Amino acid sequence: MADIDIRSVRKAYGKNQVVHGVDLSIRSGEFVVVLGPSGCGKSTLLRMIAGLEAITAGEIAIAGDVVNNLEPRERGCAMVFQNYALYPHMTVAENIGYGLKVAGLSKPERTARVETVAKSLGLSEYLDRKPGQLSGGQRQRVAMGRAMIREPKVFLFDEPLSNLDAKLRVQMRIEIRKLHNRLGTTSVFVTHDQVEAMTLADRVVVMNGGHIEQVGTPEEIYRNPASRFVAGFIGSPPMNLFDGRVTGPGEVQAHGIVLSVPHAGLKPGRPVTIGIRPEEVVLGAAGSNVASIDVDFSEELGSVRLLHGQVAGADFVIQVPATTAGPKIGRFSFEVPARAVHLFDAETGNRIGTAASGARAAA
Amino acid sequence: MDRRAVYKTAWIGSLLLAPQLLLVFTFFYWPTGAALFWAFTLERPWGGGNEFAGLDNFRMVFSDTAYWGAVWRSMVFALGSTALAMGLALLFALFCDRQLRGYKAYQTMLIWPYAVAAPAAGVAFRFLFAPEAGIFAALNKIHPEFWNPSINGIHAMILIVVAYSWKYLAYNFIFFLAALQSIPRALVEASAMDGSGPLRRMWDIQLPLLAPTLFFLLVINITDSFVDSFGIIDLTTGGGPSKATTLMVYKIYFDGFKGLDYSGAAAQSIVLMLLVMGLTFVQFRFIERRVHYR
Repeated sequence: MADIDIRSVRKAYGKNQVVHGVDLSIRSGEFVVVLGPSGCGKSTLLRMIAGLEAITAGEIAIAGDVVNNLEPRERGCAMVFQNYALYPHMTVAENIGYGLKVAGLSKPERTARVETVAKSLGLSEYLDRKPGQLSGGQRQRVAMGRAMIREPKVFLFDEPLSNLDAKLRVQMRIEIRKLHNRLGTTSVFVTHDQVEAMTLADRVVVMNGGHIEQVGTPEEIYRNPASRFVAGFIGSPPMNLFDGRVTGPGEVQAHGIVLSVPHAGLKPGRPVTIGIRPEEVVLGAAGSNVASIDVDFSEELGSVRLLHGQVAGADFVIQVPATTAGPKIGRFSFEVPARAVHLFDAETGNRIGTAASGARAAA
Repeated sequence: MDRRAVYKTAWIGSLLLAPQLLLVFTFFYWPTGAALFWAFTLERPWGGGNEFAGLDNFRMVFSDTAYWGAVWRSMVFALGSTALAMGLALLFALFCDRQLRGYKAYQTMLIWPYAVAAPAAGVAFRFLFAPEAGIFAALNKIHPEFWNPSINGIHAMILIVVAYSWKYLAYNFIFFLAALQSIPRALVEASAMDGSGPLRRMWDIQLPLLAPTLFFLLVINITDSFVDSFGIIDLTTGGGPSKATTLMVYKIYFDGFKGLDYSGAAAQSIVLMLLVMGLTFVQFRFIERRVHYR
C-alpha cells in the first residue's frame, strides 16, 4: 500500500498539450476514480503513473519516492487494461503467473500462488485454457488475477469494464469493489461511466480538457458540483442548466421565471447559469418558486418517469416517481425548493457557494 | 451474396484467361516438361536427335563426387544466408518497432535493397569486397591474405552469403516489421507492467507472437536460397575459386551451358526441384505444428 502524489503534472505530445498541470494526492488504501469524457486526459494521467508515458513536466511520487525516471517495473504498480491485454499464447495459469516468473520465483512457489489467486477469482477450472477460449468476464478475471498476484503497492484500472455487456459490468463492478475492501490496495480507476465512478469510488476526480474540475466523494460531486461542467456531467438525466441573471439579493431570474435562492452576496445584474436537478423539483404548485412546464414527451424507466418539455421556451426535464397519478403529457406546475437551485458564474463556470454549502473544491 | 460475374458463353472466359495461361505454360510448364524429357534421354549438344537413357543420367549425377560437393555447399549456403538474413532483419525490425531515434529513415533505407536486381548487387559486392581495393586492401596490407575471395574458398563463400543475405534482409525486414506492428501495444505494455525489461518482452511476448511470420520466412528463405543464388554467384565469384562457390543451381548452369551436358543438367534440375519440394513439405509437416497461430 502506498499513497500517490501528483504534483503539477503536464503531458504534451509535441505542441499539443493534453494534461495541463494536474495536482492530486491519493491516500494510501484509497479507491480513486478518475472520471471524464473521452479525450480529457484521464488515461494519459493513469499511464503516466504506470510509467507507460513519459511525464512532460511535474512530479509523480509513489509512497514518497519520485518515480518520474523509473521504469514501469520499478514502480510497484499493476495495471488492468481496457482490452485485458492477456498474452494469447500463454495459458491462464501462465498469464497470471507471468509476473512471478519474471521476478524469478521458483516453479512450485509460483504454482501455489497462482492457484490461490485463481481460487479467489473462481478461475481454478480454467487454468489450462488459453485466453481465446474464455468468455469476456473470465478474461477480465484473469487480467485482475495477473494484477493481484504481484501484491502491488498500487492497482491501476484503465476502463476495465467497458468491453463487458451491461449485466456483467454490474457484477464485475461489485467484485472489484469487494476485492478492494478485502485487499485494501491503493487503486486508481479510470472510466467515462459516471455510475462506475459513483459506485466504486471513495473519491471521484472529474477531469475535463486536461484539467481537474473537481475532487470529492461521490456525494459531494453530486450535491455540490464545483463547476457547470461537473453539474452537467454527473447525474442521469443530467442537471437542467440555463442562463439567467441576478435580479436582487437572493433572487435570480431566467426566461421570466423568478427564483429565490439561499446564496448571499449576489450582485444584481450578474449573469449566472442556473442548475436544477430533474429529481429535486416537486410537482404541484405549493410554496414559492413555482414555474410551469409544457410536457410533450414522457419516458417510463420502471421506478421513475422522466417528463421532457419546455419551461418558458427552454428544454427542461423533470423526474417523478413512476407511481405519480394523472396525465403524462400537458402543462404542469412545479416547485423548485430554494436549496435545490445551483448557481454557476456565467463566465468561468465556477460554482457560486451558499452559506450552507460553502465547500468549494479546488478546481 | 454472390458477386461473381458469370459469362454465358465459355469462349469469352477462355479468351480472357488465355494470356495468363499462355505465360504460365511458356515459362513454367514447357521448360519443366523439357527438363523432364531431357533428364531421361541423352541429348546431343548440337541438336539432331536423342536417345532414351532411362535413369542413367541420374546415376551419373549421383555417382559424381563433384555433385555431392555442390549439394554440401548449397546446404552451408542455405543455412548461412537464412540465419544471417533472418537474424539481422529481425534485429532491425525490433529496433524500428521500438521507434528509436531516426527509425523512419532506417525503415525506408532498409527496404531499398530488395528493389536492387541481383546482378547489380553482385557487381557492387564484387567491388566492395575486392581484396585489392577499399577497406580489405587496408586490412590485407596489415595482414597479407587476410581477405582474398579469389583464392580462398571460405572467403568466397562468405562473400556470396553476405551479398545474397543483403538483399533478402530487406525482404524479411518488411515482413517482420509488419508482424511486430500488428502485435497489440497493450500486450507489450502489460508485460512491462509485469516487470519485464525490453529483452525479456521481446523473448516472452513478441517472438512467440511472431512465430507464424518466422515460419513463413524460414520456408521462403531456405527454398529461395537453393534456387535464387545464381545471379550473385555468377557476378561475384563465378563459382570459384576451384568450385568453392559452385552451388547446385550454379552447377546446373555450368554443366548445361558451359559443359553442354544438357541431360546431366536436366537431371540435376529435377533433383533440385524435388529437394525444394521435399524441404517445403518437411517444414510444413513438422515445424508448422509447433507454431502458434492465434
